[in-house]
Amino acid sequence: MNDLRERVFIITPAAIWETEVDVHYGWWLPPNIGGDNAQGVDRLIYVVHFFMAVLFVGWGALFAYCLVRFRDRTGISAAYEEIKAKPSKYAEIGVIVFEVFLLVALSMPIWASVKTKIPTGSDVVTVRCVAEQFAWNFHYAGKDGEFGTTKATLVGTENPLGIDRSDPKAKDDIAVINTLHIPINKPVVIRGTSKDVIHSFFIPVLRAKSDLIPGMTVPIWFEAKKTGTFDIQCAQLCGNNHFKMKGQLFVDSSENFSKWLDEQAASAGGEEEEEE
Amino acid sequence: MAESHAHHAHEPQDAHGHGGDHGHGHPELPFWRKYIFSIDHKVIGVQYAVSALVFLFFGFCLMALMRYQLAYPSTPLNFLNGIFGERRWQSGFMTPDFYNELGAMHGTIMVFLAIVPVLVGGFGNFVLPLQIGAPDMAFPKLNMMSYWVYVPGGLIMLASFFTQQGAAASGWTAYAPLSVIAKNGETLWLLGMVFLITSSLLGSINFIVTVAHMRARGLSMFRLPFFVWAQLVTSFLLLLAFPPLEAAAVLQLMDRVAGTSFFLPSGLVVSGSALQVAGGGNPLLWQHLFWFLAHPEVYVLILPALGIVSEVIANNIRKPLWGYRTLVYSTIFLGFMSFVVWAHHMFMTGMGTTMSTFFQATTMIISIPSVIILTCLLLSLWGARIRYTVPMLFALAFLPMFGIGGLTGLPLGLTTSDIHLHDTYYVIGHFHYVVAPGTIFAVFAGIYYWFPKVTGRKLNDFLGKLHFWPSLIFINMVFMPMFFQGMAGVSRRLYDQTQYHSGSGVHTLTQISSWGAWLLGLAQLPFIYNFFASIFVGQKVSDNPWNATTLEWAAPSPPPHGNFAAEPVVHRGPYEYSVPGAAQDFSPQHIA
Amino acid sequence: MTMGLPCEVKAHPITGIYNGKFAVWLFLASEVMLFGALFSALVLLRAGAASWPHGYTVLNVPIGTLNTFVLISSSVTMVMAWASLKVHDFAKGRQYLLWTFLLAALFLGLKLALEYYPKFQAGHTPGHDNFYGTYFVLTGLHGLHVVGGMIVIGYFLWPGAHLWHENPEHYTNRIECTGLYWHFVDLVWIFLFPTLYLL
Ligand code: HEM
Ligand SMILES: [Cu+2]
Ligand SMILES: [Cu+2]
Repeated sequence: MNDLRERVFIITPAAIWETEVDVHYGWWLPPNIGGDNAQGVDRLIYVVHFFMAVLFVGWGALFAYCLVRFRDRTGISAAYEEIKAKPSKYAEIGVIVFEVFLLVALSMPIWASVKTKIPTGSDVVTVRCVAEQFAWNFHYAGKDGEFGTTKATLVGTENPLGIDRSDPKAKDDIAVINTLHIPINKPVVIRGTSKDVIHSFFIPVLRAKSDLIPGMTVPIWFEAKKTGTFDIQCAQLCGNNHFKMKGQLFVDSSENFSKWLDEQAASAGGEEEEEE
Repeated sequence: MAESHAHHAHEPQDAHGHGGDHGHGHPELPFWRKYIFSIDHKVIGVQYAVSALVFLFFGFCLMALMRYQLAYPSTPLNFLNGIFGERRWQSGFMTPDFYNELGAMHGTIMVFLAIVPVLVGGFGNFVLPLQIGAPDMAFPKLNMMSYWVYVPGGLIMLASFFTQQGAAASGWTAYAPLSVIAKNGETLWLLGMVFLITSSLLGSINFIVTVAHMRARGLSMFRLPFFVWAQLVTSFLLLLAFPPLEAAAVLQLMDRVAGTSFFLPSGLVVSGSALQVAGGGNPLLWQHLFWFLAHPEVYVLILPALGIVSEVIANNIRKPLWGYRTLVYSTIFLGFMSFVVWAHHMFMTGMGTTMSTFFQATTMIISIPSVIILTCLLLSLWGARIRYTVPMLFALAFLPMFGIGGLTGLPLGLTTSDIHLHDTYYVIGHFHYVVAPGTIFAVFAGIYYWFPKVTGRKLNDFLGKLHFWPSLIFINMVFMPMFFQGMAGVSRRLYDQTQYHSGSGVHTLTQISSWGAWLLGLAQLPFIYNFFASIFVGQKVSDNPWNATTLEWAAPSPPPHGNFAAEPVVHRGPYEYSVPGAAQDFSPQHIA
Repeated sequence: MTMGLPCEVKAHPITGIYNGKFAVWLFLASEVMLFGALFSALVLLRAGAASWPHGYTVLNVPIGTLNTFVLISSSVTMVMAWASLKVHDFAKGRQYLLWTFLLAALFLGLKLALEYYPKFQAGHTPGHDNFYGTYFVLTGLHGLHVVGGMIVIGYFLWPGAHLWHENPEHYTNRIECTGLYWHFVDLVWIFLFPTLYLL
């Protein structure tokens, strides 16, 4: 099991993945190209930080005032009697009320949508994602819209997903590594799992994240509202090359997406002929 | 019965402790019984504190090294090739494997070998029996044992660095299956954990019995200093939360050495080949067991710190703490609640809405007592006469720092905002504000405050301030940038953040943070010098140099074996400062 | 009698117990958490398992039942030992203690010879599947607790017995604490037996 410690060295790390970025990553939330859920994540982040800032500034002002006013000076003595602090009670009740608001109004509805309102229907693009040390395997159903069966025994370097090509449904399946193509403005559902250890599928610009756990399949869904190329990150320590477990998300126009699918289907078909 | 010798005859009955005359002459103990295998709570406290501070320093050094890799991922340091060896340092660069070892061991060492031991083993052991007017802990030998179980636990952890394959590298959380298929260091890590857990368990039993049974006459529960309450609640957390981790460690050890698959589901394919195990296990089982401990553990890292800070603040505001009972009740409530929030660390594991609603709600609820505790301490300042002593500076700085740590927990406790922030540097920033500028500042406050009790001498004030101000600035320089990195989406535990665009976008912040860490290290030099020099040449002070009220100041400095010249009797609450009509501005608990 | 720490031998006026007994109760609370965690793990693994045999189809129920009686008897002799010491009958107390020790040894002997050994022979090691994994971890940990108990009982039977002559009350207290622990070990088995063997 120790070959896990496969070591890879990068002298100039940045040269490994040269990606064109279409958006600017700065010192704050990255651009948000997602749908309603992603906007909801940002809304809560902003509101909760505003709330935190109010509390901190209010509390800090009182703190600073006390530090100056009640410093040790000749002529003053400390007050033994406990002060009545009605305002602090109101402040505490205010905090509770606001937390309930955050929870019920801003957090729970979005979470429910992320976790339970998984879109279905003909325009939904479903992609399987199988993470492994240290790559993202994406599996598209192809023209027939149905995924072929996969078997752990078939997994190999040529066939990282273990797709059983003898299954008729698998004939037109597409398997790609580290690149996820999705069409713009369409709901996308990723059915994610892992082959080996826990990974975490994270697309910052979509505010989408979920652990991919071996033995479990979890749905992750989103919509992208802007075309371009973006990073897919791994957010869970998964071994030595966790830091390089990078995928690329291509948000394509509908035409480009179909074109890409066709190209892939063609090459998948070609591969199949070779095998037969 | 030799009543008059009560304060001397604290030797527990043992093989040679039952001679009728044993309480009298007090023959000099040999060196190794007095300072190494001592059963005196004060010696054990100092042993714990010193060992823990050494580990704290070591844990910091690991991080200082990692911060270089993060800040300058493409600038080689060739002179380290020879020092660390081929496996860890190649062509001038730290290997990713070594980075992960350092990260996992930094977390483990800081939590289990530095902070908990210094707070509970160090301050708890030294101060608590004194504060309750007891001659020693209830079980002095058990106390010694818990220290001597902690030591091998620490040594096993350290030794793992020197094994052929190196130390554990799966994070301090040791998530399965990664940890199960990891190299041998992980086995040593688990073994070390079993020792550390056992040590904490022995300690916690001792503390609870001591507080329940050994209080001085007149010292009712609501006359206890808040520090004692904090330690008591902490002990219950250790007692009840650690065993599940012990269970989990046993299960993981079995997975690693006996071929079971408690945490391994069927059909794992690692590096292209199927894993030869029975399967059928559940990786999330580990996380549940781990966090069932590790969340209460977070409160173990903060409650005693709150206790220290409250003592120092009460002493330096020269008035009673505001809402003493509220503080106590909030702490107890916090203790209870800390057992039902654990899965907020697991929101991203495919959790549905029912479970997440429960854990979000409990998480919001647990924030309330923390807000109340901070409010009590803040309101205590109103109408005070604040003495800006060095311990007070650290204690005061603790408040806003802990405030930031607590507030930034909110967006992590709400599932929706956690989607973006989970497992990013935002989390690192959040909990470090709690444990570094929070707990570590409390530790410093405690050291400056009780140093005179331990040694009879005071730490130098000027050097203390020279320690405080740069530390305050640099520690914020380390951790403040992390919130912005996290917002930008930088994942944690990344050997090289610049691989991702989110990371290269904030690379300047990463470098600022690294420089902050190194400067923070430098800022400790005045402290280190002050600490050692003051032991020998510090200003000699009286038994009660801070004009404090609690019982530890009624004992001589340093307190002899057995602590008090006469068994103290308590007449009032712990913080009777500036009582109207009293001759002085403090009324000690033991003076009628 | 020398002065010890407060409540080392005598009960504390408020809690009504002496230090050692309090400590044992706390220790048992932590043990409840330990075994509780393992039982929860068992339930979770079993609930999620594709297949899980009924205990009675693969485990040796007669030996398990016999061992249950052995342990219960040892709890009874333990109580008798304490009761005899309470009425200052050291010889009888020691005899009962010896019985407890022997019954514990019998339990372990049966377990190892008639259960563990044949299972290992048949290749039913902990790694065989999670049924055997949990079986061995739970019974193994319980077995270690039995061994621990035997060490303590053995200590008070032989090297520690002189405490009786110096401070009989202290000695009796220690036997009481040992007994508390021993009943707990017994109780754990009473939970283990049906969960593993009968369900
Ligand atoms: C004061 C100096 C400290 C600095 C500069 C520092 C810095 C860091 C950094 C940068 C990380 C993230 C590493 C990564 O994700 O790759 C980290 C992780 C961590 N730190 Fe600290 N830290 C300090 C003190 C502490 C203390 C006092 C604790 C006590 C509890 C602590 C506990 C942890 C833990 C538990 C982790 C997570 C380790 C893991 O990923 O498994 N740190 N620290
Ligand atoms: Cu990964
Ligand atoms: Cu990863």
